[in-house]
Amino acid sequence: MSIDRRKFLKSSLLATTGALASPYIINPVSAAGTINVGVLFSLTGGLSIIEKSLHDATLMAISEINASGGAKGMKINAIVEDGASDPKTYNEKASKLVIQDRVPTVFGSYTSASRKAVLPVFEKRNNLYFYPTYYEGFECSKNVVYTGAVPNQQLSNFIPWIIKTLGKKKFFIVGSNYIYPREMAKVSKILIEKNGGEWIADEYLELGHSEWGSMVNKIKGSGCDVVLSNVVGDSVVAFYREYKNQGLTHDKLPICATVTSEIEIAAMGPEYAVGSYTSFPYFQAIDTDRNKAFVERYRAFVKDPKAVTHHALESSYFQVFLWKQAVEKAAEMTPTAIREAVKGQEFDAPNGHVKIDPDNLHTYLTPRIAQWLPDGQGKIIDAYKQPTVPIPYVAYGETESNLFCTAKGLETAKLKI
Amino acid sequence: MLEVLFIGLSLGSILLLVALGLAITYGAMGVINMAHGEMVMIGAYVTVLTGIWLGANIFAAIPIAFVVTALIGLAIERVIVRRLYGRLLDTLLATWGIAILIQQAVRLELGLSFFGIHIAGLGPGLQNVSVPAALQGTFMLGSAEINRYRAFIIVVTAVLTALTWLIMYRTPIGTQVRAIIRNPKMAAACGIDVARINALTFAFGSGLAGVAGVMMSGFKTVFPDMGTPMVVDGFMVVVMGGVGSLLGSVFSAGILGEINGLVAAGTNDILARAVVFGVVIMIIILKPKGLFSLRGR
Repeated sequence: MSIDRRKFLKSSLLATTGALASPYIINPVSAAGTINVGVLFSLTGGLSIIEKSLHDATLMAISEINASGGAKGMKINAIVEDGASDPKTYNEKASKLVIQDRVPTVFGSYTSASRKAVLPVFEKRNNLYFYPTYYEGFECSKNVVYTGAVPNQQLSNFIPWIIKTLGKKKFFIVGSNYIYPREMAKVSKILIEKNGGEWIADEYLELGHSEWGSMVNKIKGSGCDVVLSNVVGDSVVAFYREYKNQGLTHDKLPICATVTSEIEIAAMGPEYAVGSYTSFPYFQAIDTDRNKAFVERYRAFVKDPKAVTHHALESSYFQVFLWKQAVEKAAEMTPTAIREAVKGQEFDAPNGHVKIDPDNLHTYLTPRIAQWLPDGQGKIIDAYKQPTVPIPYVAYGETESNLFCTAKGLETAKLKI
Repeated sequence: MLEVLFIGLSLGSILLLVALGLAITYGAMGVINMAHGEMVMIGAYVTVLTGIWLGANIFAAIPIAFVVTALIGLAIERVIVRRLYGRLLDTLLATWGIAILIQQAVRLELGLSFFGIHIAGLGPGLQNVSVPAALQGTFMLGSAEINRYRAFIIVVTAVLTALTWLIMYRTPIGTQVRAIIRNPKMAAACGIDVARINALTFAFGSGLAGVAGVMMSGFKTVFPDMGTPMVVDGFMVVVMGGVGSLLGSVFSAGILGEINGLVAAGTNDILARAVVFGVVIMIIILKPKGLFSLRGR
């Protein structure tokens, strides 16, 4: 044998150090003219139903950018990982993307649980995460860019509108039992009281539970005149069905929802939601040429002529463009440089003009309210004239003139819980 | 108050609907059938598919779903479960595997999605079934407003329970099944074809699950994982009622449904669920064989 043991050890040691060192040698700008990014959504498991659409929208944006010359002349190469609807897997895949692939940015996550699971990875390695979903706020990380709505962008327009325009004053707040609906309820209560309404109940059902008999009966007997729903996932479908089956109608006692999007409406059968309301910055029905073209392109991209678009999907799409602009502005392809460059970036998204807040890295969005029609589309009946500032700590007293989350980080002293 | 009791009754009937098939397969055959929830799921998908492809409504789907799931049940018994009688834990693992296979088959559209062929009504997404207008909304019963669809489920459950009782206690085949429940070896010694009766029983239990699936599809979301939580509730009812006792399952489903309904009306749904589990734990501790237990000889 020509390879003796010592030689073998030596060479394998060299090879290992080489392999270990190589990620540090290879920049994110690896092969000439390409830049790697991570795309991390659940492609399998229970959440894949919705996360697959966010994944598709991200890849669509990347392919459009590549078709028009790439970012700073570089082709974007998406490294796709599957979060498998499991926060632990999310954490592992995020570590892999950040440590092994050394990507300067990852686009991903739908649930708050998966975002919270990857957060330590991005904060410890000082990397950058783009999160496209509306969420409960109460987070201030300099390593995450949030492009979905925060509570003030879904509720600050909605509650006053319900009280003043619909003339409904007694709220029954109902949600799935976890952090997002509970935080939304907290913000709602502040706004309801401020606008002269009252909330008569604040009730929860387990996440994923679909037995609504008792709850709907309780709503019926409560004497409320509007239901504010923060119900999430497939229980939305069972909720609207039970609502109609117990003889409640949206013209007398409307459900006003913060989560029910085009996807849930399609899943329950539109006839169960006709006349109810949802508040989101984006609806498929937004009547602009830019949005119509976007819907057409998305349908062509996923090869499904009936595919629906929704708020988190649209954010998944436009956030890649914001990132591209940041890359073009940044001097180098490091997460820190990209983050500094993304501050204040503006873009004409399908929903309208969006802008990244330089302080809290959340996004200026235009709140809108839609009423659902028999064809499963929303009719937009109220919209802000311009995008509104994101305030992630609105439930804890944060205001536009008194920000808790700034470029310096979270000012915990201001936070009164 | 009447409405609260009605909701409790409705919850109980849903529990019983799922548990009925389990009471038979688990009770009679000693098979922990984890794929029972998937039979419910298949029943629901049969409703979706017959609606899309045959234009059939939910009533027409009931016999079709019964036949389809009974045949699948028969196949499962013939191919796998038959080899595992008397090995309780092995049946659990094997049927759990079957459950995963069935879920994936639905998700991957029987494997056709690999070839780019898509079947409307299958796949990983959420499906829905439209309910005939006659079953939507409410009717008045005295002063109470009663949900038509829930009333329909109660009627179907009552009919199926009566049918199962008739078969078990008033037909020769039922006598043979009950003999097998008491003592399979002795039954075989008396000339009962245990293998054949077991296959038929398993098919019947699966068929009942299929009908349960049809009923679920009308007011719950239809998706590949829908059966998994149901099988847990089903076992809860069967174990509390006493393995092998039809009457026990009826009572325990009724009791758990009413407890759930009353506690949920008084406090909230999350607490109600905890109370239900607490009651089941207490009963299992106090009466390990369930409310109505048969003594095997």
